[in-house]
Amino acid sequence: MSKKAIERLSAKFADQVLATHDAHGDETAVIKRDRLLDILRFLRDEKDLAFDMPIDLTVVDWYRKREPRFEVVYHLYSVTMKHRLRLKVPVDEDDARVPSSYPVWPGFDWYEREAYDLYGVVFDGHPNLKRILMWEGFEGHPLRKDYPINKRQPITTLLGEKS
Amino acid sequence: MGLESNLTGTFVGTRLSDALNWARKYSLFQYPFVTACCGMEFMSAACSHYDISRFGAEIPRFSPRQADLLFVVGTVSHKLAPVLRKVYDQMCDPKWVVSFGACASSGGFYDNYCTVQGIDTIIPVDVYIPGCPPRPEQVLDALIMLQEKIQREPLEKQA
Repeated sequence: MSKKAIERLSAKFADQVLATHDAHGDETAVIKRDRLLDILRFLRDEKDLAFDMPIDLTVVDWYRKREPRFEVVYHLYSVTMKHRLRLKVPVDEDDARVPSSYPVWPGFDWYEREAYDLYGVVFDGHPNLKRILMWEGFEGHPLRKDYPINKRQPITTLLGEKS
Repeated sequence: MGLESNLTGTFVGTRLSDALNWARKYSLFQYPFVTACCGMEFMSAACSHYDISRFGAEIPRFSPRQADLLFVVGTVSHKLAPVLRKVYDQMCDPKWVVSFGACASSGGFYDNYCTVQGIDTIIPVDVYIPGCPPRPEQVLDALIMLQEKIQREPLEKQA
């Protein structure tokens, strides 16, 4: 692991990086969403960074524990440089949207759909942002901490019937 | 008692329902509706070590139209529920359902937003097998219980 990625990122986007930390080699940068796509492209295209592999994209819900409520988390890996980076993008509950990373890494396509499905974070510019796990007609986003734990939404129509 | 005692050795007297049920209970064609890890245990129970063919149920049919015993093996989500219902509806009468494992029977520990809390909320179930996963002996026990149940079924029900 190298801290190079964080250093390069902080130097290039000083006003966009809110915080960085690393413990035992898990370099993390908390960034603003305003120039997210620029940052992602920078990380992918720079020769010495070369984050060419999208590992994971998920969301953390800090319901009543932290403001802003949501945090979109990107896990990146570079096959050529063999290093990793984690990005966190805090977003507000009232404005839970980030630009889609699909144009940078098409591999994040279904991850963003899953994050939208389960957490309700909107990814602007995603070519096909609809539910991927839950069924049509499902209301709400079940992994949000304020989703009622006993709420059930069974499908009442039979296969082939219109609801 | 009755007629048979006077006609020893000539023929066997029985009721139509008894004969039919006897034939049916020893020729169960199963449809394994396998959705989760219980499927591995089902394969174990269905293979030669435990030899489910001793009970006349060795042939899995992968079309519900050719099956009369529906094995629901594993967790069923709400999204999958209409599919299970359709599979059940496609099976010809007479048909039976075995709920295999804790998840199929009650939702198991998946007490959450996406899991059906027991397939009996969708289709009628004849025998429940507990366990996570069940032992093969339990599966065979359930099969024997089902056979006993089939043997007791009245003729009218088999219309």
